[in-house]
Amino acid sequence: MEFFKVVGSRNQHKVVLFTLSTCAWCKLLKKYLKDNYVQYSYIDIDLVPENEKETIRKIIRDKGAPLSFPTTIIDDSILITGFRKDQIREALNF
Amino acid sequence: MTKISIDEVRERAEIDAKRNGYYLNPDPEFLSSLLEGLKQNEDRYNYPSCPCRLASGLIEFDRDIICPCDYRDADVMEFGSCYCALYVDEKVRRGDVKLGQVPERRPLEKQAKAFTAKSDKDQKIKTEINDQSVPRTETELELWYCKQCGYVAFREEAPLICPICKAKKEMFAKIKTTVSYAK
Ligand code: SF4
Repeated sequence: MEFFKVVGSRNQHKVVLFTLSTCAWCKLLKKYLKDNYVQYSYIDIDLVPENEKETIRKIIRDKGAPLSFPTTIIDDSILITGFRKDQIREALNF
Repeated sequence: MTKISIDEVRERAEIDAKRNGYYLNPDPEFLSSLLEGLKQNEDRYNYPSCPCRLASGLIEFDRDIICPCDYRDADVMEFGSCYCALYVDEKVRRGDVKLGQVPERRPLEKQAKAFTAKSDKDQKIKTEINDQSVPRTETELELWYCKQCGYVAFREEAPLICPICKAKKEMFAKIKTTVSYAK
């Protein structure tokens, strides 16, 4: 699976986003992280090959989360569904 | 195939909002981003599926999320905006109610199908080609309605274009009816 990496100085946590290339909330989240210098990786699921979609579905469902976008996973443990600024700030302490 | 212009996407949404007593998202940048998403989906799938949801790319699995999706009215009623916040109500437009992300109303099985439908189908087609004994299924007449103007047709498949408003085939959705009899 190919993730795109966005480099930032706030890089103490591993931040992974599952997004859609068309989704407005996903774009807001990417911008918000960038504006706050958060380093993150993302994958636009609508653009990946069909066989990779099932793998992504499992990753999200294994954490018991809905299949909504954006989905953020921090340090492989905290999962945040949707663009929730407060939850993101809290998880990343800024 | 001629691609749809962003102005056409915008105009279609404006007309639909007006007809239903809704408004389009008041934030111009957010609105543009959504309209862009709708255009991108229409360009690649041939129907404007919801920009905030994963589509399978197969119309039979995506019909419920062709914009305006089957969940819009319930979401605008309950939260003041649809799932993507393209359509909002008066209170959100005026800023009396703050816009937030609406929880997903689309059933999980349907969401999950979007991840697998295409690879499942490719697999099925491959098996069917090898298996000559698969019988042809009978077709049945069904009720279809145009999501753009409400025109209803009773036929095997939706018409190629809507005879009333000229919307294309993909804008037709099946009408599901349940009849129950009292004992
Ligand atoms: S959630 Fe809104 S933008 Fe998405 S398909 Fe439904 S009505 Fe359209």
